[in-house]
Amino acid sequence: MRYLILIYMNEQQFLSRTPESQSSMTSEYRTYMDEMGAAGILRAGDQLQPSFTATTIRVRDGKTLNTDGPFAETKEQLGGYFIIETDSIDDAISWGGKCPGARHGSIEVRPLVVQPMAGKAADVTATAAASR
Amino acid sequence: MMNAVDNALAAFYSGERVAVLATLIKSARGDFDAAEDALADAIARAVVRWPKDGVPERPGAWMLTVARRLLIDEARVDARRNASNSFAVWGTSTELVDENAEFEQSIEKDAAVVDDPLDVVHDERLALLYTCCHPSLSTNAQLTLALRTIGGLSVREISRALLEPEATTAQRLVRTKQKIREARVPFTIPSGTALHERNDVVRETLYLVFNEGYTPSEAGALRADVAGEAIRLARLLTVLTPGDPESLGLLALMLLHHARRSARIGDDGAIISLEEQDRTRWDRDAIQEGERLLDRAIALQKSGPYQLQAAIAALHATARTATETDWSQIAGLYGALRFYMPTPVVELNAAVALAMVLGPEWGLAQLDTLATERGMADYHLLPAARADLLRRAQRFDEALVAYNDAIRLTESSAEHRYLERRVSEVTARMQLR
Repeated sequence: MRYLILIYMNEQQFLSRTPESQSSMTSEYRTYMDEMGAAGILRAGDQLQPSFTATTIRVRDGKTLNTDGPFAETKEQLGGYFIIETDSIDDAISWGGKCPGARHGSIEVRPLVVQPMAGKAADVTATAAASR
Repeated sequence: MMNAVDNALAAFYSGERVAVLATLIKSARGDFDAAEDALADAIARAVVRWPKDGVPERPGAWMLTVARRLLIDEARVDARRNASNSFAVWGTSTELVDENAEFEQSIEKDAAVVDDPLDVVHDERLALLYTCCHPSLSTNAQLTLALRTIGGLSVREISRALLEPEATTAQRLVRTKQKIREARVPFTIPSGTALHERNDVVRETLYLVFNEGYTPSEAGALRADVAGEAIRLARLLTVLTPGDPESLGLLALMLLHHARRSARIGDDGAIISLEEQDRTRWDRDAIQEGERLLDRAIALQKSGPYQLQAAIAALHATARTATETDWSQIAGLYGALRFYMPTPVVELNAAVALAMVLGPEWGLAQLDTLATERGMADYHLLPAARADLLRRAQRFDEALVAYNDAIRLTESSAEHRYLERRVSEVTARMQLR
């Protein structure tokens, strides 16, 4: 069985964090991910960019309506997720609009944080392989 | 020497600035901040360097070359900073950052003798325009970014235009740029149907930028450079989509308004109404070009709001005197425009145009009905229009009250002076009786 773990946080607090809390948070998450990796249960997990980088898509009567910002209304609940990889937000929005959920609910497209990895391409492949 | 430098810098600001900035944003892969910083740094270097070495033959090419070199330098610093301290806390997604980029060159050396890098910038300016107007950004975010990058307005000027605190504008700018960077909003001109779907928004934003130059919210002089840049981009838009009558209509409209720029403001800084402008000071070439563009648009046989507004502006621009204005045709065009734009300003103009045909008392009755509609209560042009009609109807006591209402509601100092002049005129007429 696969499970989705959702992390809710106070974004304002997070954005104004100190370098100390940044580094302690980083090491706490690293430990947590190491533990999950050692247990063989981790499939994928990513930090999200702040909510103001989000775009919300609704398709009604065949028309695509985009709004900037996160999906904020409270009547609908999170029902699932996909992680896709495209070249630009245009393609991501296009795929988001094709999702069946866009026709009755809303689709929020939010960029993932990409961890910068210093070094040569070969090292990255090795690291990625090791984390699986 | 100093004068030559000042002139060259001023010419750069009102000429090639946007083209160079757009090219830099492209080089910085959509990072607006990095591009703006590099350009600001290049300008600072020009201020020091040009008085010593002389103004380069092609200032724009110099600026672009120097800023590009600074951008590469900046990118290297950023890569290091990213690796140590960034937003990133956790995640399985990774991306290679090349730390070994070599950077060894004198930044200003031979900056003016490079291959002409400004050859490709026409496309980049349009790419900048379409990126500012990307559908994943809110209308306010689009306008704020366009006023900043294309219009070259300061955060303070934008906050005044949008009637909001400076901190709000500043935060929106930061977040909009961050969204473009992090969500990979592409820095390109869209193709196919997406191009045409997005042109309505692009035209609207461009016209708002033009208006901010033409009728600035901030106290002070008209910003002919801002309006001029909007006209240049509208011209590029007509080259990109020559078969789109609304883009032709937009350019025609801008030119027909811009043609009146030197007659619109008096020596005292007050707005001069259309009726009282010295028509010999209107730019005939711009008017004729506007008319030709409008003819081309109409020949494409697809009506739209910009063509209608341009047609109205053309009727004003070609009337030899104010009394020869074809108000009945203008009223008809406003009637058609209401179908596309049911906004307070259009409703008001439609009523005022028809009042020129049917008389001020008819117009005042129309305005009373309009005043009860939603969104009209705080609209500063309503008491101003009322005051003008009351003045025409020789009801000076009431006109005085309405002019003072209008003064309280407007922020623009040029409009203030116009309204204050009307107050003293009406007061003088009252004393004559």
